[in-house]
Amino acid sequence: MTTATNKEELFIVKEQDVVPLRNRVKEYGVKIGMSILNQTKLITATSELVRNLLKYGGGGRVIIESVTNGRDLGVRVIFIDKGPGIKDINLAMQDGYSTGKSLGLGLPGTKRLVNEFDIQTELGNGTTVTIIKWKNG
Amino acid sequence: MERIPILKMGDFLLVTIQVDLYDQLAENLESDLINTINKHNSKGVLIDISAVSIIDSFMGRILGNIAVMSKIMDAQTVVVGMQPAVAITLVELGLSLNGVISALNVEKGMDLLRAKMYNGDKEEQTYDDSNQ
Repeated sequence: MTTATNKEELFIVKEQDVVPLRNRVKEYGVKIGMSILNQTKLITATSELVRNLLKYGGGGRVIIESVTNGRDLGVRVIFIDKGPGIKDINLAMQDGYSTGKSLGLGLPGTKRLVNEFDIQTELGNGTTVTIIKWKNG
Repeated sequence: MERIPILKMGDFLLVTIQVDLYDQLAENLESDLINTINKHNSKGVLIDISAVSIIDSFMGRILGNIAVMSKIMDAQTVVVGMQPAVAITLVELGLSLNGVISALNVEKGMDLLRAKMYNGDKEEQTYDDSNQ
């Protein structure tokens, strides 16, 4: 059971919003004493997902939370867009697949960087991606 | 528009990235660098990323592009000062930065550029980023 203790929401509409978001996520990591490596992984994952949110979802909102499962502390980041959704989620999770001009590392690469990764998408209704990085994960 | 300064030092160009990168800024750097190489007929580019705390797939790709483009323009690119956490994260993300030559710090990077310039480019030297 994962419970949130602290939470905030940011709206992401343009590319420059990415830098303050990364800083906020970092602050959440620092607050629970996350190592530099885990912070870097979490922020890099955030950077990848927020690019998707801007590029494919046309912007959206991001919720940052401090979470605990009773044993460990962590940071949960939720990316919510109201874009077109993802047609074939299995394909999108494959290394090297991209509908855009990118390398196609975004989703599968991000999943490798975090401890928990969940993606919900509905055609025409948008996509929600939730990641958790545990302090000792 | 925000830009990253490019310094000319003889035959080389020196870029020290001191701010957090976002996509547009990285793209500007890419085009500015290629134009500056052309303008000064530069033989080498040294990019110091010691103050960069994250590199994701997009910025990694830009670094790779810069290396390839400058090579076509007859200039070598060396990336120096990558933080260990950044190197580990890049490899786990799936980006190996093939073709990007790296060195531990600015001094070693400069030595490498000079060596490449005077010895010619006889062999491809690719250092594994994860060993830094």
